[in-house]
Amino acid sequence: MTNSSTPPTSGSVRIGADVGGTFTDIVLERPDGTYASTKVLTTHDAPERAILDGLESLAAAESVALADVEQFIHGTTLATNALIERRGAHTALVTTEGFRDVIETRTESRFEQYDLNIVLPKPLIERRHRHTLSERRGARGDELIPFDEQGAAALIERIAGEGYESVAVGFLHSYVDGTNERRFRDLLLEALPDMSVSISCEVSPQMREYERFNTVCANAYVQPLMATYLVRLRDQLQERGVVAPLYLVHSGGGLMSVDSAAAFPVRLVESGPAGGAIFAADLAERYGRDRVFSFDMGGTTAKISLIDDSRPATAKTFEVDRTARFKKGSGMPISIPVIDMIEIGAGGGSIAHVDTLDQIRIGPHSAGSEPGPAAYSLGGEDATVTDANLQLGRLHPDTFGATDIDLSPQLATEALVRSVGERLGLDAMTAAVGVAEVVDENMANAARAHAVENGKNLGGYTMIAFGGGAPLHAARLMDKLGLDELIVPPGAGVGSAIGFLVAPFSYEAVRSFYTSTNDFDVVGSNRVLSELTDEAMAFVRQGTDTEVTVERQVSMRYAGQGWEIPVMLDADSSFDDFAAELLSAKFTKAYEEFFGRAIDDLAIETVSWSVRVSSVLPPRDRVSLASTVGEMLEPGGHRDAYDPVTGDVVPTGLFERTSLEPGVTIDGPAIIAEQQTTTVLASHHRCTMQPDRTLFITRRTEVSS
Amino acid sequence: MTQTIDTTETARTLHNQVMWNRLISVVEEQALALVRTAFSTSVREAGDLSAGVFDPDGRMIAQAVTGTPGHVNTMAAAVPHFINDIGPERIFPGDVYITNDPWKGTGHLHDITVCTPVFRPIAGDDGQETETLIGFFASTAHVVDIGGRGYGPDGKEVYEEGINIPIMKWVDRGTLNSDLVGIVRVNVRESDQVLGDIHGLAASNETGRRRLLDMLDEFAIDGLRDLATFVFDRTDAAMQQAIATVEPGVYRNEMVVDGYGEPVTLAVEITVTEDGMHADFTGTSPVCPLGINVPLGYAHAYFTYGMLVALAPELPNNYASLATFTVSAPDGVILNAKHPDPVAVRHVLGHFVTDLCLGAVAQAIPERIPAEGSGALWNFQASARSSDPMDPRPPVEILMFNSGGTGARPTLDGLTSTAFPSGVRTMSVEATEQVGPIVIWRKEIRPDSGGVGAQRGGLGQVIELGPTEGYRFDFSAMFDRIDHPARGRAGGGDGAPGAVYLDDGTPFAGKGRQVVPEERRLVLELPGGGGFGDPADRDPDDAEQDRIQGYVT
Repeated sequence: MTNSSTPPTSGSVRIGADVGGTFTDIVLERPDGTYASTKVLTTHDAPERAILDGLESLAAAESVALADVEQFIHGTTLATNALIERRGAHTALVTTEGFRDVIETRTESRFEQYDLNIVLPKPLIERRHRHTLSERRGARGDELIPFDEQGAAALIERIAGEGYESVAVGFLHSYVDGTNERRFRDLLLEALPDMSVSISCEVSPQMREYERFNTVCANAYVQPLMATYLVRLRDQLQERGVVAPLYLVHSGGGLMSVDSAAAFPVRLVESGPAGGAIFAADLAERYGRDRVFSFDMGGTTAKISLIDDSRPATAKTFEVDRTARFKKGSGMPISIPVIDMIEIGAGGGSIAHVDTLDQIRIGPHSAGSEPGPAAYSLGGEDATVTDANLQLGRLHPDTFGATDIDLSPQLATEALVRSVGERLGLDAMTAAVGVAEVVDENMANAARAHAVENGKNLGGYTMIAFGGGAPLHAARLMDKLGLDELIVPPGAGVGSAIGFLVAPFSYEAVRSFYTSTNDFDVVGSNRVLSELTDEAMAFVRQGTDTEVTVERQVSMRYAGQGWEIPVMLDADSSFDDFAAELLSAKFTKAYEEFFGRAIDDLAIETVSWSVRVSSVLPPRDRVSLASTVGEMLEPGGHRDAYDPVTGDVVPTGLFERTSLEPGVTIDGPAIIAEQQTTTVLASHHRCTMQPDRTLFITRRTEVSS
Repeated sequence: MTQTIDTTETARTLHNQVMWNRLISVVEEQALALVRTAFSTSVREAGDLSAGVFDPDGRMIAQAVTGTPGHVNTMAAAVPHFINDIGPERIFPGDVYITNDPWKGTGHLHDITVCTPVFRPIAGDDGQETETLIGFFASTAHVVDIGGRGYGPDGKEVYEEGINIPIMKWVDRGTLNSDLVGIVRVNVRESDQVLGDIHGLAASNETGRRRLLDMLDEFAIDGLRDLATFVFDRTDAAMQQAIATVEPGVYRNEMVVDGYGEPVTLAVEITVTEDGMHADFTGTSPVCPLGINVPLGYAHAYFTYGMLVALAPELPNNYASLATFTVSAPDGVILNAKHPDPVAVRHVLGHFVTDLCLGAVAQAIPERIPAEGSGALWNFQASARSSDPMDPRPPVEILMFNSGGTGARPTLDGLTSTAFPSGVRTMSVEATEQVGPIVIWRKEIRPDSGGVGAQRGGLGQVIELGPTEGYRFDFSAMFDRIDHPARGRAGGGDGAPGAVYLDDGTPFAGKGRQVVPEERRLVLELPGGGGFGDPADRDPDDAEQDRIQGYVT
């Protein structure tokens, strides 16, 4: 069975496995569509071990035979971590003569204007392992210098002699014509048939040499590691009796085959967060919310993405390993289709400190899981966001997360005074209020900037909160952003892995192709679209033969601008002599949506084209959310907790999520605890338990905000 | 039982901090909107823009981090000019003001500054609400063209450099000044793009205005005065602490650079007191007949930037942090050009002001100050023209930003091929070749160009480029540090000087109009940064790496 759109047959189950930096989450989808899940510690030396152990214990608990697993879907941060920790293969870069240093000189700029001691990221492949070959294509693919056959032979001999495990090939303008890259690969494989080779015209055929070369280097760097890991995992799953095929989640939020993933492992970067966005998108469709603000907060970072019409927005490039405060430009660019999200150094473990202006600052450093927040009693000295939440009464000391950790209020209080209070003359409670307010403001500010950059207005968005930390902060963030609805779904703690199970088979093929409305290349545009469609279709057909949708997009800008905006094209029609008028009209409309007004009489350029093919998922059963007042539930107990609306510490109702019946209503201030997270309501919030056990939170109308 | 948090002093402080952060995020959004819509290459690739919010007296409360050092306090100084020249009694809701006066704005005609007043209904003592001025937004961006001779140093007076818009209303109570639109339209090249950028500036201020009003509603406050006082007090206190780390005294430095035709001496005397720092540029060479002269405000910006980056990198730019730094210079020196001196490419010498001033305070805080770097950018700005008049091809303008090496830091090597103090990014070779008739044959690190030292200077780069078939390049060279390399510090060696020549060996001048003929390549060897400390003290592992990687041959 390779068909994702067929409903599970009776008795068969599907598995989602998300390998993160700390935990490996396994989710099992039962035949009735409900989920069981487990969290185990990630086994860094052999990640498949944690997957298999978690899988077997979950299957046993559910009395499921591994042979009944119908589909196994996997996402992993392994490729990302290999890049960040520089644990990849011994890799050479072969590039055009004259351009040896493209990945080292980067953008020739400083990502931090006000730091004399700035340290720029080191190139993935150091200079001595970057080799050049005499060859050169022009911007139109014309041959300026022929491919040097003799030079290639000498270079291959050198590569063989130096014991490289992997080779990246990136030639100038290869996104227009990749003949020379392919030629070099063929020669290399002729001589060294077992060599891992990545060529930039296949990995990322997009204009801009720095980004493309860096992407092909990243692919080559992690390729041997990922290929062996994936084969190991596949074999061991089979040994344990899993006959279902293994699929991988890619950064664009779709599924790909093991073979594709092993060839293009750089597409697996960010697959975990992508799972979270798919999870939110699926809920958006189920609840009929066409504008959703996806908020995922864990121990180290928070991730926010905007989902319109149940489709997460994708970008064509992003940065991994931002070394300095998640600042733009401090990481390495990877040009692949990726779900567009912002990552903020704001998680439960983020450390609070006071800067030279006597301002409270949060992160980007995180106490991680070791030593963790001060309250973990593992030797952490610094106050973290979790310590503040404990101080504010939002967390129960004995029932924290999935772990066996008891929290120490005493240590949290001491750390808050030490890290923040002493310097500012604040008691622990006021310091905690400051820490919580600042972290919430940081997230709100980042979210607003993200919306502006995408030409969107946050009014009317519904927030969906998941990940261990999000429900603690979500209601406050909703207020700060002026949103009116918040959804905390069941299974919020393992959202990414659940997301894997609702992902379509999909592939987005992207290529740069430059033409202008002044002199539109009809034939060339049609050729590019058709080739991209074929490429994407071929990848999707490795996984499914169901019905597919084809989405075609072109990035355009006014001649003279440096930033493009996406324009959707019709699914299948081809361009004719009216193409320029058609595209101008579409672009003008899109530009007005972004910036409020278009500009007359300027030529418009196309920069890159993309085609996304995805399998059609069965329509979601719609669930309507109701905020009507049901039985008003009285709390099981009270605890003093800080209420940001009144600014007071007040007795706050305590609830167990598992004991809430559908239809009941809870008015804030309230704390709703569950195994992997805690949802906090301020005094003006109201929560209604939905039939599917989702928490639906709004502001009470009779109380002014 | 209800326990109330201390709502007095500490709570207000936290509240003010949150609002301050929000205000910075408001101006950051304002700046982002500008970058996205800008037509000018230098705006989008170099961040040649700025955005800020001001109190009703024209004092800047917050400025976007996105932006260029050249606008650090030039834009801030512009807003009081707007208030003064428009006249407080003529400031109305729905107004938008504009200027590109180099001496009231940001130093050359290509920078247009737009300023928008913000009004809010505020209840008086009688309970009647009246629209009250609560502050201003201002933003500045470099536009594609401003008329005159086109961008370059060849104007003899500012009149030749383009149209000069004195401070006036772009929009009066909601009505666009169509007379001014018409005048701009017929006076500049690429008028659609220029007008597009002016509208973009006004729109970004409008974004800021709306966000600010939302914020005031959310926090339920009337205006910005209390918050401004909080911001200025906090900044002032932190600034005093930062200045206190420098021994009071008088520190002097001189730097000679290539200039245009003859060498230019830049001289500074920095007086450090407990209250602030004052730079006086007496001793600097006189203005020259070409447009490399610098209005004092622009020199002020690069002095201020240098001091902030060395002493108080965490402090945001605002009225209080900028007020700490003052400047003076005799009339007629090249760092105090007066109307109508030509100033179009004031950045070439302006960029050296940072290293000049850092070199002076290095005497007081040697452990914090890097060696000199390549300083001015090596931009390649050319007009590609048909090489055969009988075979006309469309003319194309080409612009590339390129950077040499920065000076070694006391504990770190200099940065290779990286802009400082400018915040410029380079453009992709592939993107440049897509747009213009140019082939860039080489763009690679230049080994051995960093000054020796315990810490090595940043390396320059080698660039080879030429026109494609049928074209030649007419270009105005603006390359410095060919005769006067970046000096090392504390025993470190000088960086390698730059060089410019054709691939057949024909030497080129560092400045002035020259031609790259069809089938020839221009070779640019960009200067390296100076070294820091005795070369004998270089860590042997670092020296070994230099050799293995080919940074040193």
